[in-house]
Amino acid sequence: MNVTRTLASSVLALSLAWQAQAANVPDGVTLAENQTYTFWLLDAIKSMDPQINTDAEGSDVLRNLFEGLYNEDEKGGLVPGVALEHEVSEDGKTYTFKLRDNAKWSDGAPVTANDFVYAWRRLADPATASEYAWYMELMQVENASAVVAGDMAPDELGVKAVDEHTLEVKIDAPMPYFPQMLVHASTFPVPQSVIDANGDNWTRAGTLVGNGAYTLVEHQLGERVVMEKNDTYWDAEHTVLQTVIALTINDVNQGLTRYMAGELDRVDMPAGQYPRMEKEYPDQATSVPYNCSYIYMLNVGEKGPEALKDVRVRKALSYAIDRDIIVDKILQGGQHPSYNWTHWATAGFEIPDIEYADWTQPERLEKAKELLTEAGYGPDKPLSLRLQYNTSEDHKKIAIAASQMLKQIGVNLTLDNYEWKVHTDRMQSQDFDMARYAWCGDYNEASTYLDLMASYSGHNNGEFFNDDYDAVIKDSKTAEDPLPLYQKAEMILADEMPIIPLYHYAKVFMLKEDIKGWPLDNLNQSWYAKDLYRVAE
Amino acid sequence: MFSYILKRIAIAIPTLLVLIVISFVLMHAAPGGPFTAERELPPEVMANLNAKYGLDDPLWKQIGTYVWNIVSAFDFGPSFVYKDRTVNEIIAQGFPITLTYGLISFVLAVLVGVTLGVAAAIRHNSMLDYIAVGMSIGAQVLPNFVMAPILVLVFTLWLGWLPGGGWQGPEYWILPVIALSTSFMASIARITRSSMLEVLTSNHIRTARAKGLPERRVILRHALKPAMLPVISYLGPAFVAMITGSVVVDIYFSTGGIGKAFVDSALNRDYAVMMGVTILVGALTIFFNLVVDILYGWIDPKIRY
Repeated sequence: MNVTRTLASSVLALSLAWQAQAANVPDGVTLAENQTYTFWLLDAIKSMDPQINTDAEGSDVLRNLFEGLYNEDEKGGLVPGVALEHEVSEDGKTYTFKLRDNAKWSDGAPVTANDFVYAWRRLADPATASEYAWYMELMQVENASAVVAGDMAPDELGVKAVDEHTLEVKIDAPMPYFPQMLVHASTFPVPQSVIDANGDNWTRAGTLVGNGAYTLVEHQLGERVVMEKNDTYWDAEHTVLQTVIALTINDVNQGLTRYMAGELDRVDMPAGQYPRMEKEYPDQATSVPYNCSYIYMLNVGEKGPEALKDVRVRKALSYAIDRDIIVDKILQGGQHPSYNWTHWATAGFEIPDIEYADWTQPERLEKAKELLTEAGYGPDKPLSLRLQYNTSEDHKKIAIAASQMLKQIGVNLTLDNYEWKVHTDRMQSQDFDMARYAWCGDYNEASTYLDLMASYSGHNNGEFFNDDYDAVIKDSKTAEDPLPLYQKAEMILADEMPIIPLYHYAKVFMLKEDIKGWPLDNLNQSWYAKDLYRVAE
Repeated sequence: MFSYILKRIAIAIPTLLVLIVISFVLMHAAPGGPFTAERELPPEVMANLNAKYGLDDPLWKQIGTYVWNIVSAFDFGPSFVYKDRTVNEIIAQGFPITLTYGLISFVLAVLVGVTLGVAAAIRHNSMLDYIAVGMSIGAQVLPNFVMAPILVLVFTLWLGWLPGGGWQGPEYWILPVIALSTSFMASIARITRSSMLEVLTSNHIRTARAKGLPERRVILRHALKPAMLPVISYLGPAFVAMITGSVVVDIYFSTGGIGKAFVDSALNRDYAVMMGVTILVGALTIFFNLVVDILYGWIDPKIRY
């Protein structure tokens, strides 16, 4: 096999790495005595098993207990984790990772390529029944779909240990962003011996063996998680925080009160609080771009309303909604009004020139009215649609605002509030007209958004089936520079308007001013406690 | 009496079975399932999950297996959402917490509630009566979801005396107990007061007073016991409600108790946990209703089983 050394990107990653590993404490900074960091969790951690976990809060904990091939730095770039570097074959379909030889499990055993092979097979294995088994398919690891479907044995998955410290992965098609996907918690290695010995109980505090910078010392479900610095971690020397505590507080407002009382070092802010907190606590109130996008999905499929099959109607609806009001008056937390799907700050992505984004709102309204009249709707034939959203004060406020805005062009919107499971179930059975939807990228690259609107996607609940779109997405997978294709895909979405983009998220939170090292420029807001430190007052 | 208890237990078993079947069917009739997520799972992934959790069997078979596992091994199955835990473990972790703050709240509510009620009844239409009635109405109209954040605001943020939540030791019990017990306390006080007022005008009290018994003896020995009857029938279900926790207390004070599991398991469609807590509460309710009936027989000699 003809293997080329990996490109500039990984060499760059490597050189960055030696500075960015663990807490990057500048010279002259005095560290505080107390190196305990307490953060807020909205909910109980559903699982501490990397291959079973499905949510972002779980990943926040898992990133500290385990370490995958790569980590993210403060800007979201890749830095070595267990892998030092990788090589890609000329056809772009074989990745060979060189693993560090000083990585250890918290029980002292070395971390080897076999641990990754075991974990990845475990993720795909039907016996594990992981909800995230599809991530192996998304990564296009060879035979992933067949293994998940039970048609092939897990050991036929395209991943193997060449030797103790060399991992080889074969993927079905070249995918330039493949390494970015490796920061996802479901790809973290797990210790086979511990799992074999303890079964499902292996994730208990005291039993769990990880390879991250911290070990699990206490887990009271729905109450707290306590992690202590792991001395066997390869970079323990540069890890500053000694204890990391997660407190579950199911109510955001209650979380903020307890933050103010000094019980927490970090908490998400309830909507609408940012302007006040920013004024009163400028050193603590923070708003940064966050890798999620909020839309109203339109049902353009068979079961959808007749009106929405007309692109003029879809455009009229989109034009009539004033994003600025939603962002500035309702959310007030630094979110960006959006006219496209992919988050504006996504790495390597630039929003194309979408015409209506540059119009003023009166212009958009004018155009909306025109389009609606053209489509045959007006005072004599008013258009009535239903908008459904899942239970949340914010979604409700936005929906009410949207219904008022659409009233201006003569569209009557009936609002339906459903609890989350019902909302999702109705969307997936195409039982809706317009529905609130949001997506948070699995990784920092535009395909995590754009793939979702392809006809074969499990997210495309509005049944937007467009051959051109599918072709563009397919081409982007193998393109040297996928940006023009991503932009083309966005243009198709703007022309066809199967979704109404509303805003791009911001993460709005309070962080104690003596906690440093927070990855403000990391769009995923993936943080590693090993990078944080507390300075003396 | 013994045969009565046996009879009640014999009725309890089919009652629980009916409860299981109805809950099971209702739960599965709700739209969405435990694995409904914003990304519709590929069919092969869904098939693996359904196979692992037995959801691909017909409903009658699922119910049968479920009941059999409980009867034969006391196994309530694995949680569908907290995937590395079983329902037994979740209840074993959360129930002692709610039991702790529930029992303390219960004792406090009964002691304060009964004392307040009796005092108000004895000093009928006095200042004490008005204060007691005013307080209990006040406590009842202030719902605990309003009281809980206010307690945290005052005792944690402003005064800094108590932790705002968590479950690490006795100082963490105080706020949940206050939040949970007040409204029960108020109800007990009101029921005690009106029942006591009624008893105090009855014939046997008049007789007792006519005998020249000291008032203290009249109240404690002759009036209190019959006045407790309506209170006790209220206490049975109230006791179960308190020891199985309150979703409000669990959410606002992050206790990790089982109360929150009721709402969470329903919203998450965590079928197994939902069944587990339903059966727990069902069994406790049946048991404590029996206890109440036995207490009745002891207090009121007119009642014979």
